[in-house]
Amino acid sequence: MPHVERLPLIERKSVQILLGLLGLLLALVVWDLAVRTEFVNPIDVSPPADVAEELIALLGTSALWSDILETLKGAAIGLLVAAAIGIPLGTLMGLIPAVNAALRPTVEFLRPVPGITLIPLAILIWGQSITTVWFLVAVGCVWTLVIQSFYAGQAMDEVTLDTARTLRLTRRRFIWSVVLPGTMPYLVTGLRIALTIALIAAISVELLIGVPGLGSAIVEAQNAGRLPEMYALIVISGLLGILIQVVFSAIEKHVLRWHESQRPGSGQ
Amino acid sequence: MNSETPILHRALAIGVTTAIVGLLWLYTSQSSSYLVVDMGEMLTRFREIWFFERFTSDFVPSIERLAMGYALAVVFGVAFGLGLGMLPAFRALLMPLVSFLRAIPPVAMLPPAIIILGIGNTMRVFIIAFICVWPIVLNTADGVAELDRTMLSTARAYGLSRWERLRLIVLPATMPRIFAGMRTSLTFALLLMIISELVAGTSGIGAFLISAQQRFQIPDMWAAIILLGLLGIVLNYLFTLMERRVIHWHIRSGGK
Amino acid sequence: MASNGQEHSLEVVGLSKVYPGRHGSTEAIARLDFIIDDQEFVSVVGPSGCGKTTLLKCISGLMRSSSGKVVVAGHEITEPPPELAIVFQDYSRSLFPWMTVGKNVFLPLRRSKDKSGSKDAVAHAIESVGLAGFEDHYPWQLSGGMQQRVAIARALAYRPRVLLLDEPFASVDAQTRADLEDLVLKLQAELGMTILLVTHDIDEAVYMSDRIVVLSPRPSSVVEVLDVNLPSPRDQIETKQLSEFGRLRAEVYRAIKGEPGAAAQGSRGSAQTEGLQSQV
Repeated sequence: MPHVERLPLIERKSVQILLGLLGLLLALVVWDLAVRTEFVNPIDVSPPADVAEELIALLGTSALWSDILETLKGAAIGLLVAAAIGIPLGTLMGLIPAVNAALRPTVEFLRPVPGITLIPLAILIWGQSITTVWFLVAVGCVWTLVIQSFYAGQAMDEVTLDTARTLRLTRRRFIWSVVLPGTMPYLVTGLRIALTIALIAAISVELLIGVPGLGSAIVEAQNAGRLPEMYALIVISGLLGILIQVVFSAIEKHVLRWHESQRPGSGQ
Repeated sequence: MNSETPILHRALAIGVTTAIVGLLWLYTSQSSSYLVVDMGEMLTRFREIWFFERFTSDFVPSIERLAMGYALAVVFGVAFGLGLGMLPAFRALLMPLVSFLRAIPPVAMLPPAIIILGIGNTMRVFIIAFICVWPIVLNTADGVAELDRTMLSTARAYGLSRWERLRLIVLPATMPRIFAGMRTSLTFALLLMIISELVAGTSGIGAFLISAQQRFQIPDMWAAIILLGLLGIVLNYLFTLMERRVIHWHIRSGGK
Repeated sequence: MASNGQEHSLEVVGLSKVYPGRHGSTEAIARLDFIIDDQEFVSVVGPSGCGKTTLLKCISGLMRSSSGKVVVAGHEITEPPPELAIVFQDYSRSLFPWMTVGKNVFLPLRRSKDKSGSKDAVAHAIESVGLAGFEDHYPWQLSGGMQQRVAIARALAYRPRVLLLDEPFASVDAQTRADLEDLVLKLQAELGMTILLVTHDIDEAVYMSDRIVVLSPRPSSVVEVLDVNLPSPRDQIETKQLSEFGRLRAEVYRAIKGEPGAAAQGSRGSAQTEGLQSQV
């Protein structure tokens, strides 16, 4: 009796998407039930319907968009500061083993230190200003950029450089055809990771200090007792993070389509 | 340049690091800003506070919360992750949800946590556990999914039961990934411990930090910062040690 | 065809395998029938991609065939039977890196109630592949050839009746390969196993086998079965110098390439249906 094998149901893309949506739906149902049955205090936890309503309403307000803009600005500038310091540092360490040897202990020592610990210090120096946000975002992102730049610098190893020299490339050609493609994977990946961290750091600092942005909007809503709004803003923060991830992953895939990290079967 | 020897590198490492520390020492002793405290004074205060003025009142509670939250995250994370990894249907169901939860900034979870659970230890342990569980779950699930078919085939060919396969094959094989997730979670755990105490703390290193800042006790503030920094370093170091022991076979054979 | 009343070690009857896929199904194996007798050494050769590994997986019970059946020692198998052991090509992925050599070899014996007997079996297996003293080493500490020996030791530990080898020596260098080939032959003589070897190396097939089954390109079926009448015991230098060796090599090569070759057909295994009714 022939045993005909079809592709297992679960491996079909359409089924996976459906199940994923089902999962989200179930989560909403559980949430709703928890509120209705008063498993959680309905005063503390808003039902999903209210949150959804509030979310949609928020999307129409200019306040939300200006908050989002503030957060993105804070993240971006902090990221730039981190890049200005971290990329040269990491690249040098990657290119020149002596520099790596000299600075490694310091870097490895400072890396595990949580940036949050510097919040009180930052407050004392810059107070409740956007500079505090920039500072703490920068501290949060800098090590990622250092590491990725390090790999990028390492990629420009002797063999690559010697080969380029024997080919007598012009400076322009050299940068375009050798340096850029070689370092691109690390830079793009680093950017994606650092941006995610920057966003999270920015929102966190805003929340803790009260500088304008999504973070402080959350606290405001909480203090004013507008809980559905608070939850809606939290959801928006999550969605913003996902959006950034998706957009930058797509950019990464596109820019690096020739690179081996994008070949099927590799981890990242 | 292969003419450079490891000895030169070692010397550079020591030399440059010492120079950096020396410069810092110089700067802190000369600076007139009230924020910059002479290093000697910082270290003295550090020793005084943590040994043992505030040891039991702040240090111990902080560590306890951290340990409990992290332990919960690891236990549930691995169990949940194994389940997700081995049951593709389950995984497809929960993946978007988990990805979403992970994208929410941990700090943003603090206000709801405080509202629902108050400002006591329960809240602190819970939020550490809740945030830390997801990286572990995802890494474990990925690890299981990436499991080598040949290994599983071999195990089946040798007649191992389902339970034996889980214990002897799946779990050890996934360990490297589990540890990767645990390492990420460790960072988050420390972060949330500090923040939850900063924001709504009556005891703990973070609480001490913010109160020192508010009272303008600058040396005390620095003492707290240094301790937290050290905590980060020490925890990471201990983690690496543990990792090396448990998955020695993976590290030695060139994994990572 | 159990004509002499004795059951064969391994019978493959009407085997076929179709893979479902995202873009339509792939027929890997069209139809295979052959029989292996007790203590025979049979090689399966064929062009790349003809489904040799699929065949092995179906025979070992790791994969369900689309039709047909496999009978090992008298009973039809649906999952890996205890009388059967298999050694894969990629030792780095079939040996468990978190277990020592000893623990790896012990693995198939976990279920056995006879604890001390098992320990002896493990020690004996390790010794017989020449790795005595390495019990507490980890795979990463050993060379490729040594790791493959561990895989072989593990396969031997519980005295299988049938040993399946899936291109086991493809990942090692030529020198090591020669050593491992002789090791397998020696072990077969000692333990009296039936061996089925899948390989793409014609020399290896001729050197080691009693019979060679040649498969066609995908979807595969049996093209030819050749008897190998070289003297035993085989020797890497002596045997390969014989003119018969060269002749067989050429035969096999021709058969793989699909050229009409000489008529050295074996009597017990072809694409004919005669005698199959008695199996059903």
